[in-house]
Parts: sequence; structure tokens; C-alpha cells
Amino acid sequence: MSQDAVALPGEPMVDLALAQAQGLSAQEYRLIERLLGRTPTWTELGVFAVMWSEHCSYKSSRRLLAQFKSTNRRVVQGMGENAGAVAIGGGFLVVFKIESHNHPSFVEPYQGAATGVGGIVRDIFAMGARPIASLNSLKFGDLDHPHTRHLLRGVVGGIGGYGNCVGIPTVGGEVSFDSAYQDNILVNAFCLGLAREGELQSAKARGVGNPVLYVGSATGRDGIHGASLLASAEFGADRDKRPTVQVGDPFTEKLLIEACLEAVGTGAVVALQDMGAAGLTSSSSEMAARGQLGIELDLDRLPLRESNLTPYEMLLSESQERMLIVAERGREGEIQAVFEKWDLHAVKIGELSAERRFRVRYRGQLVADLPVGALADEAPAYDRPAHPIIPPPAPAPVQPRPTPAQALCRLLDWPTVASKRWVFRQYDSLVQSNTVVGPGSDAAVIRIKGLERALALSVDSNPRACARDPYLGAIAAVCEAARNVACVGARPLAISDCLNYGNPERAGVMWQFARGVAGIRDAAAALDTPVISGNVSFYNETHGRAIPPTPTIAMVGLFDGPARPLEPWFKVPGEAIVLLRSGEPRLAASEFQALFGGGDELGPIDLARERALLELLVTLHARGLISSAHDVAEGGLAVTLAEACFNPNGLLGARVALPASGEPWEQLFGEGPSSVIVSLPMARLATVLELAANASLLARPIGEVVALPRLVVEPGIDEAVDALRGIYEGALPRRLT
Amino acid sequence: MRVKVFITPKAGILDPQGKAVEHALAALGFTGVASVRVGKYLELELATASAGEAARTASTMCEQLLANTLIEDYRVEVEGA
Amino acid sequence: MKWGVVTFPGSLDDRDAAWALGLLGQEVVQLWHKDRGLKGVDCVVLPGGFSYGDYLRCGAMARFAPVMESVARFAHEGGLVLGICNGFQILCEARLLPGALTRNAGLAFVCEPVWVRVDNPACRLTRLTTAGQLLRLPIKHGEGRYVAPAEQLREMKQRGQVVLRYAAGDGQLTSAANPNGSIDWIAGVANETFNVFGLMPHPEHAVEEALGGRDGATLLRSLATS
Repeated sequence: MSQDAVALPGEPMVDLALAQAQGLSAQEYRLIERLLGRTPTWTELGVFAVMWSEHCSYKSSRRLLAQFKSTNRRVVQGMGENAGAVAIGGGFLVVFKIESHNHPSFVEPYQGAATGVGGIVRDIFAMGARPIASLNSLKFGDLDHPHTRHLLRGVVGGIGGYGNCVGIPTVGGEVSFDSAYQDNILVNAFCLGLAREGELQSAKARGVGNPVLYVGSATGRDGIHGASLLASAEFGADRDKRPTVQVGDPFTEKLLIEACLEAVGTGAVVALQDMGAAGLTSSSSEMAARGQLGIELDLDRLPLRESNLTPYEMLLSESQERMLIVAERGREGEIQAVFEKWDLHAVKIGELSAERRFRVRYRGQLVADLPVGALADEAPAYDRPAHPIIPPPAPAPVQPRPTPAQALCRLLDWPTVASKRWVFRQYDSLVQSNTVVGPGSDAAVIRIKGLERALALSVDSNPRACARDPYLGAIAAVCEAARNVACVGARPLAISDCLNYGNPERAGVMWQFARGVAGIRDAAAALDTPVISGNVSFYNETHGRAIPPTPTIAMVGLFDGPARPLEPWFKVPGEAIVLLRSGEPRLAASEFQALFGGGDELGPIDLARERALLELLVTLHARGLISSAHDVAEGGLAVTLAEACFNPNGLLGARVALPASGEPWEQLFGEGPSSVIVSLPMARLATVLELAANASLLARPIGEVVALPRLVVEPGIDEAVDALRGIYEGALPRRLT
Repeated sequence: MRVKVFITPKAGILDPQGKAVEHALAALGFTGVASVRVGKYLELELATASAGEAARTASTMCEQLLANTLIEDYRVEVEGA
Repeated sequence: MKWGVVTFPGSLDDRDAAWALGLLGQEVVQLWHKDRGLKGVDCVVLPGGFSYGDYLRCGAMARFAPVMESVARFAHEGGLVLGICNGFQILCEARLLPGALTRNAGLAFVCEPVWVRVDNPACRLTRLTTAGQLLRLPIKHGEGRYVAPAEQLREMKQRGQVVLRYAAGDGQLTSAANPNGSIDWIAGVANETFNVFGLMPHPEHAVEEALGGRDGATLLRSLATS
């Protein structure tokens, strides 16, 4: 039964115009009136506006995302909780997810990135998992632009400032620069945690009458309408959105991690949910909806940081570092004692009810009374129209053409390709003593204490390919993430995806999104790497100019055994260098093409061959047949060969000869389809070539590792490795100091 | 009573933040900036009506916690006094 | 030797210190910041991290934690105390070690392996090393620039209180080898009675070959067998 919520004195009269100003469509507003049988109050309107925003309701994407295969025999938790969980053996589970914080990071880069990290970390320990590793994918505009440098410094500072203080090592990621992101940067944050089988914490409310506890920081006015306003709208004329950005406190988050994990350990926690986008409103309604129950809240009990907050503000505040706990009735004292030990608030603010209503009281009055389902899983879902976009033709070759050596040097200096040491040395990659391979390799490797197998982590995307073909580009991103993990020797296990696109109300963008989802679906199925969690970020566009479709893939892999991970660098002079490929190289969607033009279109991707390549790499590692493996990525083969010479224990060189047919560009600088260079003792060459042939993969010995540190690639490259490394390492520092 | 506390790096201690700000100002075209020092500003609301007591209390707080007197100087200002 | 690793609110490498000491076969107990007792340990470790968020100044608030009263008394009575990174900062704030740690000269947080030269091989922290020996240890800090008044520094050097210095791979004190602008390349110091030690590099993160090498174990074992 709907009771009549009251409008409070001073609140505006609710009508269609007000609803539309809050971001609701006319259709949505009428639906609200029908659901309630009356006009909503201002507070209730605010609740709907935020819960039905794109960011919270996923109304434009939900139906398409249902296509993902989210399970296999290892998956313990697919999509539907705060994060996904996969069994890795020994009674351990890994819990992980990637999430975006794009718009807030553009508005206030330090705090936007910091609170992005904070948010994803909370999603992990909300599952009862201790966060043990973070990665991130960052995309900025042109680095020659002062504003880009300002954003880069702020974002990296924020990720480091928050991540380091909260004690989670940041062990890898990707950073790229392209003018397409000038007005819409991307900050995607990934976190992985460890839990024990049978001890995963749910966010499903259970038990009528069970108390609801608010724990963590007090509530202020942070980010009122941050989720709905920032994430569901393009940047337009009104650039000054500063007041709605949240400010993070990593110290409190660290205490919250310890307190929550300890509380979960008592067994008295029925459900745990973080207060993220739409704060108290989304956390309470989602927990209740999952459990098919209702929730009653008393705002008078809320710990407040500022005086005179209205119920609207209390419900929608996005103050950070807060969680909601449903406790076993009678045992809330145990939980409160844990939070008191860690000097954090833990206050009962409500309880679960049988009737599926979201009821909120303030100063004795009922200020909101809404159907829970309508706020959460029964929020609108749309099948938006989609229409293909024809991309502009590939850029014509820039004249004069560079020589191969010139192109190589230019690419090594190119911010997207160059060393990211300037970035990752600002991150603590060592805390928790699990980092076997940190930033700077193809994938990060984290050991698990108590388990003889380690994890490999990588995050990748391919917006250039997606711009040409959003389906193939998405497949390419999944394959690349899997390949990076396989290059250190681990078997790809499962994915979390962060889907960054433009305005879904435009048919072209919706088409890109649908094709991207289909690509991930197909690649994930072919590689047996289910999508167990993810995030969608729409409205990444300014003045109608959208970012290229950018699905970002976080891949988690598992080593089959205790063998040392492979490194990307050549090890021993005299060893053979072999190029493994799943197809012939093309310049389409490469950094070379972006810089120098020319080249053709994307070719098809043979997923069976992609899978075979992954299996081959895992086999080569497990059998100890190769000394190194390095994925051919941005910049192509020439850059990969150069990087492989940058052995930190002593530079090495390589003498390589490529087939003399046609222009060298495709071979030297093409970035797809998948290629990997491996080095191995000559004595193993026949075995390796045979294994590759059996897997129907192209495998070509192209040269050998040499002691003299020169990179010689016939035709056209003969450079001192030291000089190449100087360019590679110096590219970012010289632009940023 | 409100007390304002100004904490600054001691002269002679390298102040890299100050230097960075100095360079940034120059880059923005502000000539004639001889030097910049970056410090901290705190506002304390003390439960006393006596300006003298407020100042003494704040100074003691600085000595004990708010400033590291090895590397920082402090100055206390009682509002309205 | 029985070790006690203190956990302050915001301590991060306390678990890492306990893990490393455990690998070295040491008995380790946790000391909670609100406790007053030291559980009869032989060595107290103040670990790395961001105690109290590094708010106000690194270590400024941790030094007033209840447990620090006992730590100070323990130190004054000759007990063995090791401060790593944030722990070093806390010991300086508590005036149990001379000098202060300030913001890195480059202003940014830096996480990378460095070479550290042993300039006093005769104290409890370094007794298993030799003069001039180079150790490969990671640093990860934003406020690691050591400063001390000139006169105090002179006396410290005379007494051999400067135990560890940042150096290049060949042992030279080059500007490139100084990761944070520390005066005189100082990475680690001892008090006058050589029972309290502080260093910015993290020995607890260099005890396993596969995870950055074992030079840290050398320092920890020096203390354990001292």
C-alpha cells in the first residue's frame, strides 16, 4: 500500500518541467506518476531522477548486456552482485571489476581519479574480498596541449594519492593519448581482491526486521547529482561542474577495509553494499530489491558532516567511504564493536521490511514512499534505435614517407608508445608483498600466498580498431588482453569490461555499442573467458563529438603451475627470435597509420587461431621452451623488437631480417592481427616451430639475439639500442618537466 | 574564539613546493616574483573567551603537534584581537 | 628474537614486515596502537604506510599513539627499535631519531628500486654487511627527503650515525642516485646509542629472490642476530 509521502516546506512543486530539468524524460515522468498513483514529492523525484539515470539504471545497455556469457565451471559469481568471482584453486576466489570515472576526472582530475579508485575498491571488499591489486586504463587528449598535461598530472596524482594511501598496489595498466579524447578523457579503474570459497559476502538483503547499519564517513553535500548529472550528460557549454565532484579520504577507506573485513569475519553480516553513485538511495534500494524485500530508513539517525542537509541531500549525497550493512538482528552490537575499534561510525538507520517499499522518514514525517522494484531492477530499459556509422576513409599517406628508422624513432617518442615510467613510478606497486612482475611488462603478475599459482593481470583496449569496425575492434581488445596475459605464461581466465561510448540517444553510437557488446560476447565465448563483471559509461562526448568506441577489457589469468613468469626482454645472445602470428600484419588502426597515414582496412580475426596462439604460449612457458615473450602492440613489430632489447640487467641487440616482399610498413609497424615475438635457444627451434605448425599458426624465425646492443632489422633499421632506449624513456619526462 | 595558525617552512629549508609554484607563476607570465614559500593555514575554534589564553593554547598546540619546530616556523593570530 | 610490529590506523606495510620476518624464522606479534604494553618483544618495528593518512605531517599524529609511550621508554632503556619509511618518520617526529623527513625534492611519490651503500657496517642493523657494500632495496615514498641542521649532521657523521646512503650502482654519490634530495644522500640513520634505527628504503620488501631480491633480509637478519 502506498502511503502518501509529504512535501516538506520550502521544496519546489513537482511538475513535468522540474522532472525534465532533473534529467527525466516526459515518458519517464508519466510512468512515475502512474506507478505512484500521485505526483511524487521533490525528494521522491530526486530519487527517481538518480535511480533512473543512465549511470545507475543502465537503461540503454541492460538488454544488450544480457547477451554476455557470464558463467563457466570456474565462475562462482557472475554479473548481478557488486563484482564477479572466479575460483582459482586451493579454496581461493578472485573477485574483480573495472569501472569508469570519466566525467568527474575531467572536471577535477585528482579527486575524480581518486574517488574512482575508492569506488571500485569498495565494490571489491563489499564482497568480503581483500583488495590485493589495482590496474587502470587512462586515455587523454594530445599531450602537447597544456590542459592535457594538467589532466594527466592530476589523474596520476589522484590514482597514486588514493591507491598508495589505501595500501593496494597499482601494478599495471595502459595510458594513451589522442586528440579524440581531448574533451572527454577516460579513467577506468580496475581492482581485484582475494576471498575464500564459501565466504563470499552477498549484497542481497535477507530477513525481515534485520537492522540496517550505516558505517563509515559522515554525510555531507558531496556530489549531489554527481552520478546522474555528470555521467549521464555530455559536456557542453556549462563547464563549471566543480561543486558536484566528490572528495575522497583514502585514510578512512583503509580503516573501512579493515573494519568491514573484520565485521564480515564475525558472521553477523547478512549483506554488505557500498554507497557509491546515488549514495544511500541506490545502496539501500538495490540491496532490498535483490532480496525481494523493502527497506525503512530514518534519516534522523544519519551521521552528518554538515548541518541543515535536506532529506533530498541526505538521500542523494555521494560522500565517499560509506557502506551499508544488513546485520543479523540481535548481533548488530558485534558489528558496531568492530567499527568502534577502528574509530568509524556504525549507526542503525533502518530495517528491512516485508513490503517491497522504499520508505524514508525524517523528523517524524514520511518523506518518500516508493516501490523498490521500480527503483532497481524494474527501472525502465530501452531498446534504442541503432544505425551503422560509416567511418571516414583511412588517412592518405603523409609525404614525404619516413624511412623505417625515422618511423621507429618517432614511434618510440610517441607518448602512446613510449615508456610510462613517469606514470607508474608514482604508484606503490609493492605493498602487500605479492608483486612478482610490476608495471612495465605485458601483464602484471601477483602471487597468492598459500597457493602455488600466481595471477596475471592486464587491461587493454583498441579504440582505433573500434573506430574502423566496432565489432572487430572489440574482439581485438579481448584478444589483446588475453594475449598479454599469455605472454607472461598464464592462462586467460575471465574478463571484466568497461564500455566507454558516446551518447546512446544517437543511433550511430547505439550501433557502435551493440556491435561492441557482440564482439566481446563472441570473443569471450571463443576464448572461454566469461564476462563476470563490468561497467558502462555513456555520454562521453562534447558538442556532439563522441569519443571513438572504447570498450576496455581487464583480463585475469592464472598460471597452471609455479614456474617463473616470462619477461618481455631478450635474455641470451645467440638465441633465436621467432615471430608467431595468427594472420598477416596490416597497418589498419595502427599508431603508424595515425602518424603517417596509408594502409588499408582491418582484416578478419580468426578466433580459433587466436585461441590456438594463447594455448601455444601457455604450453611454451609451461614446458620451459622459451626465454622471453613480448606482445606486438602499439607501434608494431619494430617497436616490440626495440623494447625486447631494453633488458634492465644489460642492453642486448638483435639482428632481424624480414621477408623482402613489398613495402616494409605492414611488417614493421602493423599492429594486427595478433603477433608475439619469442626468443629461445637454437636447440629448441625445431620443437617450437613444430608446435606452432600443429596449431595452424604462422611461425617464422626472423633473426637472433646478439650481445652488441644494436637493433638491426633488414631492411632499413640499424640503430644503437641505447639511443633507442633514451628516446623511449625520455619521451614523457621531456614533455612533462 | 577563532585562532588562525600559519605554519611555514623555516628559512634555509629547501621548499620544493615553493619553487614549483614560483616556476609555474613565471610560466604564466607573472614577472617580478622574487620567491614563493608554501605553508599551511589552520583555523582553530577554541572554547575560551580570552584572547590571551587562546593564543597561548594555540602556541602550545603548535609546539607539540601542529608544527615540527625542527623544520617549521609558526605564527598564531587570534581573530578580532 | 621476538619482534613486535606496530599497527597504527593507516599502517600498510605492517603485514609485509610480519610476513618478511616470518619468512626469516622470527617470532612476530602485532602491537596495536592503542595498547600500552609491548608484549615482551626484543625489537619493535614501526612499519611503512600512511599512518593517520599522513595528514598534517607524516608521522606527526602517530607519535602520540598510546603505544608510543612504551616504545619511547623501551628505546630510552636501550631496547631495539626499527622504523621503516613511515616508521622512520614517526621516530623523527617523536625525537627518538635526529632530523626530519620532508617532501621529496621532485614533489612526486617515487616507487622504484635503488642502491643503498652501507657507511657504517658495525652497528646492529648492518653487522652482517661490509663497509661500502651496496644493497638493492625498494623505496616508495613521497616524503623521504632527510634534513638535519648542519651542526647536528656533523656530529652524526662523526659518531657514525649515518648508516645508509643512497648511491649509484658503483657506489658513487651522484645526483642521479639521490631519489628524493636527502641531505648528504642519507637513507638511514641510528640514534646516539645505536639501538634505534630508521631507514626510508623497505628491507621487508627485499627478502624473496622472486620479489626483488634478498638484500633486505641481510639487514633484518643483522638485527635478529645482534
